Amino acid sequence: MSVQIARTLDLKGLQCPLPIVKTAQAIRELGSGDLMEALATDPGSVADFGAWCTATGNELVEQSETDDVFRFVIRKK
Amino acid sequence: MAVREAELETRAHAHEDQHKHQKLVIIAWSGDLDKVWPQMILATTGAAMGMQTTIFFTFWGLFSLVKDGVHITGDNWMQKMVSMMDRPGMEHLKLGKMNFAGAGPKMMKHLAKEHKVASPGELLEMAQDLGVRLVPCQMTMDLLGLTREDMIEGLGEPVGATTMLLEAQDAVTLFI
Repeated sequence: MSVQIARTLDLKGLQCPLPIVKTAQAIRELGSGDLMEALATDPGSVADFGAWCTATGNELVEQSETDDVFRFVIRKK
Repeated sequence: MAVREAELETRAHAHEDQHKHQKLVIIAWSGDLDKVWPQMILATTGAAMGMQTTIFFTFWGLFSLVKDGVHITGDNWMQKMVSMMDRPGMEHLKLGKMNFAGAGPKMMKHLAKEHKVASPGELLEMAQDLGVRLVPCQMTMDLLGLTREDMIEGLGEPVGATTMLLEAQDAVTLFI
């Protein structure tokens, strides 16, 4: 299993619904099983990324917060 | 134990099936900035979530699809009067409250830019990129004298209420 991040998406400062919309747009470029890292500052994105993964079937592999930046690692379905 | 596993499996399948049929239909009736905004936010989000998303534009909602350069629409003086009273186009929407002769929308757009909130126009482009179907209401187009030439590119064929309600039968439907 590859643990390399295929793409990092900087969503810092963006507000709803942009973090999710831009994530959905960006993940189209990746292959199945690829990992994408998303960095966001919108506190709503914590719940939204979880909901988005539930809805789309992509896997939320990792989630953390450092200095008010939320980091999500998603494995594409 | 086996029963419990079977139950979980059934539930998982039900969940999958539910996702397969997820659809979102937005009836975009209003042309007010503070309603067009949520129309666009929910459409882009639905599409981003993998929902098959359709917006049916009717009555005042249709005017947000008019090209930016088009000021006056319609053939007769009554239809023209409507567009003269209320300039069509996504960049010229008024607020439903606190419009203050256009000062309200200006302030709102300024705030949005400052807070990195996407404008309805930007969201419309993203919606099109994500495959949201934009469907005008045929009857309202005729009533208001709007032609395909007045409107932006990339719209679906104009349809009637029946086609839209058929689409909405198995969809989450919102009237905004």
